[in-house]
Amino acid sequence: MLNRRQTLAGLSAAAVTGFGTRAEAQEVTKIGLILPMTGQSASTGRQIEAAAKLYIAQKGATVAGRRIELLVRDDTGAADITRRIAQELIVNEKVAVLAGFGLTPLAFAAAPLATQSKTPMVVMAAATSAITEQSPFIVRTSFTLPQATQPIADWASQNGIKKVISLVTDYAPGIDAERAFKERFTKAGGELLAELRVPLRNPDFAPFLQRVADAKPDALFVFVPSGIGGQFVKQFIERGLDKAGVRLIGTGDVTDDDLLNDMGDAILGVVTSHHYSAAHPSPENKAFVQAFRAANPNMRPNFMAIGGYDGMHLIYEALKKAGGAADGTALLGAMQGMSWVSPRGPVTIEARTRDITQNIYVRRVEKVDGQLYNVEFATFEAVPDPIKGR
Amino acid sequence: MLTILFDGIAYGMLLFVLACGLAVTLGLMNFVNLAHGAFAMAGGYVTVVLMQRYGVPFLACLPLAFLAAAALGAVAERLLYRHMYGRSHLDQVLFSIGLVFMAVAAADYVMGSSPQNVRLPSYLLGRYEVFGIGIGVYRLFLIGVCGALTIALQLILARTRFGSRLRAAVDDPRVARGMGIDVNAIFAVTFAFGSGLAGLGGALGAEILGLDPTFPLKFMLYFLIVVTVGGTSSMTGPFVAALLLGFADVAGKYYIPQAGAFIIYAVMIAVLMLRPNGLFARGVTR
Repeated sequence: MLNRRQTLAGLSAAAVTGFGTRAEAQEVTKIGLILPMTGQSASTGRQIEAAAKLYIAQKGATVAGRRIELLVRDDTGAADITRRIAQELIVNEKVAVLAGFGLTPLAFAAAPLATQSKTPMVVMAAATSAITEQSPFIVRTSFTLPQATQPIADWASQNGIKKVISLVTDYAPGIDAERAFKERFTKAGGELLAELRVPLRNPDFAPFLQRVADAKPDALFVFVPSGIGGQFVKQFIERGLDKAGVRLIGTGDVTDDDLLNDMGDAILGVVTSHHYSAAHPSPENKAFVQAFRAANPNMRPNFMAIGGYDGMHLIYEALKKAGGAADGTALLGAMQGMSWVSPRGPVTIEARTRDITQNIYVRRVEKVDGQLYNVEFATFEAVPDPIKGR
Repeated sequence: MLTILFDGIAYGMLLFVLACGLAVTLGLMNFVNLAHGAFAMAGGYVTVVLMQRYGVPFLACLPLAFLAAAALGAVAERLLYRHMYGRSHLDQVLFSIGLVFMAVAAADYVMGSSPQNVRLPSYLLGRYEVFGIGIGVYRLFLIGVCGALTIALQLILARTRFGSRLRAAVDDPRVARGMGIDVNAIFAVTFAFGSGLAGLGGALGAEILGLDPTFPLKFMLYFLIVVTVGGTSSMTGPFVAALLLGFADVAGKYYIPQAGAFIIYAVMIAVLMLRPNGLFARGVTR
């Protein structure tokens, strides 16, 4: 009895002292995660935050002897707020890395601050090609729209689709997608009958879809922000375009995993190309999806979540490689050229462009165990951002 | 061409149902209620929740959406709006825009920010070809419901005892009170009814317009344009205005997609230059 008490006392004393010394010695490395957590793009923020927290929970909060502290800030999707928060995080919190950035203008707003303060800025969502050119300190773990678009253009021209109309939302990523598709598709001998641009705040697709119905193309290429995909597909079906033999193709934003299941069976059979699907059949992804769902019931990881998860991986590995106390330039150097196997497949951060090279998959919406998923059936391997990758 | 006309009419009808509640409160009660869209959103969410969680059929959801929004409107009127009737329009604008932001945040908190999908029953889906005109079943349904509603509204306002009391209460509350009309009660009922109409519009519109917490802000402009162009004398004004704008918007986007979103504003400016008080202006100025 006495014996046991002594051991217990000894153990707890050891634990207390051990803990105490370690806590003193352990310095903090802060990561500032700026995301739209409210407002129209809140789903992006929620997915990335969940994935980043999952990564820290899995890999532990200590890297290279330093404790990682994640500071999540809500920029509500407004560029001026992003800029202000980035400034606060750099000056007051002295963060080692800025991360997040849900939309193109938000990443643009913070870019000059990353350059001035020499702070690496990991873009986990925004997908306009030009983003990485805004600062030599920007690294991207999401994707670029031209990168995701070219494979579907290739797939279309290889599968007997000759005449296409493109319909994109009229803002930078939409125009990126339109250009990338047009260039690739017409080079392969296809014909683009019309390029329709839909206003960002557009209540009704009827007139645009009627033009498509009148022109009778083989396929309609579409890019709309992920939240609008379901509404768009419904109106496409309502107009009877699927029965008229017009195929619906696009980038994976239209069939976002986060919303796919609510869109109903109307969306079955839509073919898209993208870098991530929750149904990607690799052991890494199965483990990722399972852990993500266990930590966040009722949520399915989408392409935003994978950008956040890989972004955290990049930061962790760079801290290990450069040593915990590394400055911004050393961290950035460690990130450039890094390769690993992500749940989405093999990825590389190109040293020259600081953009991500990855597999792009062609997928079809199918029903798996009563749930809708993007099931991959063709792979374009190691696709760089086609605009900067040349 | 005729398909475009049909789509335009359906879209215009939808605009009308969404905006006619505002025509009632702004037009008849002379109260600038920018929070109108919040009641429409409430109707939309009631429909989504009833359909998805409790399996209530779509057609049964419509009256329930009306009642829920009307009840919400009645409570808001008793607690909040009543104190604002006598205030200046600027006060009313500030007050109601504040309500909009609160509604947006509340919807975001309760329902999440993701867009909601209404799943229509199969008999409202699909499309017919009649003499080369493509007719979407749901759009036809919209035209039917909205047409019936317009006639009913016009009859209530012009022919019923309640309608004449309301008009009296609006034009001169003091005299109306002197005549033994319970102005407070009439305003409360009218406001609740206007909110209910908004809720119905939200329920009907969720399919075509989409539904997320920013709904009241996104469509505020459209409601206001309809009421401004229509004038505030009767239901006919906003009705004609909604049809005109709906058709102009759809046709504009079809024929000149480059100018797409701008057409509706151009029409508004043109109408207001010719008739500054709207298409059907009230004879007496107050």
